[in-house]
Amino acid sequence: MQAPMPQQSTEITSPQALNVAIPAEAKLSGESASKLSATSLVFHYGAFKALHGISMQVYANRVTAFIGPSGCGKSTFLRTLNRMNETIRHSRVEGEILLDGENIFNLDVSEVRRRVGMVFQKSNPFPKSIFENIAYGPRINGYENRAALRDRVEQSLRRAALWDEVKDKLQQSAYSLSGGQQQRLCIARALAVNPEVLLLDEPCSALDPIATAKIEDLIFQLKNSCTIVIVTHNMQQAARVADFTGFFLMGKLIEFDNTTKIFKNPSMRETEDYVTGRFG
Amino acid sequence: MARRKMSLHLMRRKTVNAVMLSLTGLCTFIATGTLLYILGYLFVHGGKNLSWDFFTKLPAPVGEAGGGMANAILGSAKLLLLATAIGVPIGFLGGVYLAEFGGNTFAYLVRYVTDLLNGVPSIVIGIFAYTLIVLPQGHFSTMAGGLALSIMMIPIAIRSSEEFLRAVPLALREGAMALGASKSKAILTVVIPAAKNGIMTGIMLNLARVAGETAPLIFTSLGNRFWSPGWEQPTASLPVMIYTYALGPYEDWHQQAWAAGFVLLALVLAVNIVARLMLSRQAHVIR
Amino acid sequence: MAASTTSAVKARPSGRAQSFQQRLRAGDDLAYAVTLAAAITILAITALLVYELYVHSTLSRHKFGWSFLVTRTWDPVAEQFGALPFIYGTVVTSVIALLLGIPLGVGAAIFLAELAPPKISSGLTFLIELLAAVPSVIFGLLGVFVLIPILHKLEDPIRSALGWTPLFQGPFYGVSMLSAGVVLSLMIIPFIISISREVILAVPNDQREAALALGATRWESTWDVVVPYAYKGITGSIFLSLARALGETMAVTMVIGNDPKINTSLFAPGYSIAAIIANEFAEAPGEMYTSALIELGLVLFALTIIINGAARLLVAGTSSKGGT
Repeated sequence: MQAPMPQQSTEITSPQALNVAIPAEAKLSGESASKLSATSLVFHYGAFKALHGISMQVYANRVTAFIGPSGCGKSTFLRTLNRMNETIRHSRVEGEILLDGENIFNLDVSEVRRRVGMVFQKSNPFPKSIFENIAYGPRINGYENRAALRDRVEQSLRRAALWDEVKDKLQQSAYSLSGGQQQRLCIARALAVNPEVLLLDEPCSALDPIATAKIEDLIFQLKNSCTIVIVTHNMQQAARVADFTGFFLMGKLIEFDNTTKIFKNPSMRETEDYVTGRFG
Repeated sequence: MARRKMSLHLMRRKTVNAVMLSLTGLCTFIATGTLLYILGYLFVHGGKNLSWDFFTKLPAPVGEAGGGMANAILGSAKLLLLATAIGVPIGFLGGVYLAEFGGNTFAYLVRYVTDLLNGVPSIVIGIFAYTLIVLPQGHFSTMAGGLALSIMMIPIAIRSSEEFLRAVPLALREGAMALGASKSKAILTVVIPAAKNGIMTGIMLNLARVAGETAPLIFTSLGNRFWSPGWEQPTASLPVMIYTYALGPYEDWHQQAWAAGFVLLALVLAVNIVARLMLSRQAHVIR
Repeated sequence: MAASTTSAVKARPSGRAQSFQQRLRAGDDLAYAVTLAAAITILAITALLVYELYVHSTLSRHKFGWSFLVTRTWDPVAEQFGALPFIYGTVVTSVIALLLGIPLGVGAAIFLAELAPPKISSGLTFLIELLAAVPSVIFGLLGVFVLIPILHKLEDPIRSALGWTPLFQGPFYGVSMLSAGVVLSLMIIPFIISISREVILAVPNDQREAALALGATRWESTWDVVVPYAYKGITGSIFLSLARALGETMAVTMVIGNDPKINTSLFAPGYSIAAIIANEFAEAPGEMYTSALIELGLVLFALTIIINGAARLLVAGTSSKGGT
């Protein structure tokens, strides 16, 4: 797999308050930096081996998509990237996942999840106000100052392209929003802790085309400040938004490359069968 | 430097996490520990005072040591028999009504009133039985006590019967009716047999609960130091004996109270355990 | 038999078929009638209960009116009766029970629903549900012979820590409102635990995931997100336990001291509504006395109805989440 085009990674938006150091490797030219890398990742739940030795790179400030038929393991793999799979009982992980060179299994799990955020398939706002939903993440990370919280909430809502729609009703319940707005709320909530990586697990599958389009636009803008990984069962979506695409099948990563290559000229026969619609 | 400050904050959060985990675990430990302590204590103190006399002799004259609680055991049995004979049919049939013919406002009213009756303190039910039976008759009686207990059984019998009847899948009923059975025949021959296990366990749990009730008996069946043949005389019962003996001045009485407590608790818990095991096994079979 | 056999629908079957249908319908009607009668019986019993309570307390109600609820005197000789000492005792012991029971019960429910592995959780829950089945008189037995001696041992530490408040003054004879409150708390804890646990388990998993994915610790996810979500149901369980505590008779009677006076100190003996009815009813001298006791029963009845009603609203208000 070739390292693709040179692109200066632009600065991660104001991380000062949470004091995330910007790794030196990210500021380079000539090649994209690797933000996350998995090496021979194996995952079992119970006796079932769900992932068979996945190895791949996620590049900083790029959008990486995982595609594949139902049950292929793409969501399972996504969840290992922020150690959410540990919430499943009787599960076992082998292998390594490096975040900026450090193995996430050796880091504190809460810290990993703050740096690698996640948005779920079905929006799941808390039964609190819009403001409190967004403020939750910063609060547990020590933000107490009301003014600073307000700024952070506004900033997150702007980044999620939701600010204009809700700025006058921040105290209303999150459930008063439409499905598409709730999902953008969840994105804003995830962004509020300034994650370096944002994992999106089929974020548009419960939304209508207009709401979907809004979120895809959002992804384009966010990748300047964030690394995005998106799982999608919609190949057109992957082709639209992703720089890189990985094709999963039966717990294995069959092929990983530039999106254009995967869709126009895949190397593996299984990939070709899938993207041309012969199955799945 | 700022990074280290953050990880101190994180360390504090982790500590809170660990502390609260332990605290909630401690709460659980206290709750379960209490039960085990009660069981153990009764086993030790009650068990050692059990004797053949306990089960076969009448109470000794007040002040004398010895004697037993045979009349109380029989009395409790009679009271529970009467309570079941009255309470279970009414409760069961009421449950059938709610499950099979319910859905209208009347059924809603019945459910509401059933819940209401369920929440009435047992002592108040005792007052009711007193005004209903003891007062007109002019004397305390087994019948009054049995009636009080039956009123306590009814709400629970209704709810549990209804619940188990409702749990029978619609497909079973429809199957029967499609074969030509009338609604009542379907209920009788298909639905009730299917719910039979659940209803039986419901009755068992109901009995166990009512067997330990003391308050409604204190001024209905009162108590008796002798046998009480028939239904018109006051009768001794196990819970009331425990109450009387525990508060009495004689050490011998205290020991007998422990023995009686042990017997009562053992029976109640045994029935509970068996009923619950039957229920959970049935749940597995259905799923 | 004369009807054509080729017509698809017959308006009325003839001969044997007709009486068979009639029998079928009769069976249905009979079933309906019998079960309806049972349902009506329940309504009748309850109505009769309220009626009897009302009628048999007439003497007392007419003599004392509403002041019955706020009078402190309980003087059988002068036939002056007031419910206040008993209402006070009932409320105080129930409050103590809640103060002890809520943290322990909700804490244990959180542990069992959120933090413990499933097998341990169901095993322990089973044990706790058995605790709920222990009869009141057994709790009373242990209260008298086990708890009161323990409290005697704890008397000095409690006094030195809290003796400066009016709550822990005066002599302690074992039987007291404190003892009754503690026994009561042990009796309501299983109810708080089992209902709260179910309500917490019913909180959708995606809520927990959302919190954890933001970097929350297990406790933060539970306390900040799950418990608030289940708040109504948990409060409902507390109300239900309160209703139970108010009506609890035997265990309280055996350890409360049976003194119809209002004392601020928890070390002092007291009296609850249920306790005095249990103690005095069988040998109540005179109609006025009995009438007053029955009026007390009416008060207790009204109290528990109100609290139970509030509780059911709360538990039902969590829609499809758990509940009884």
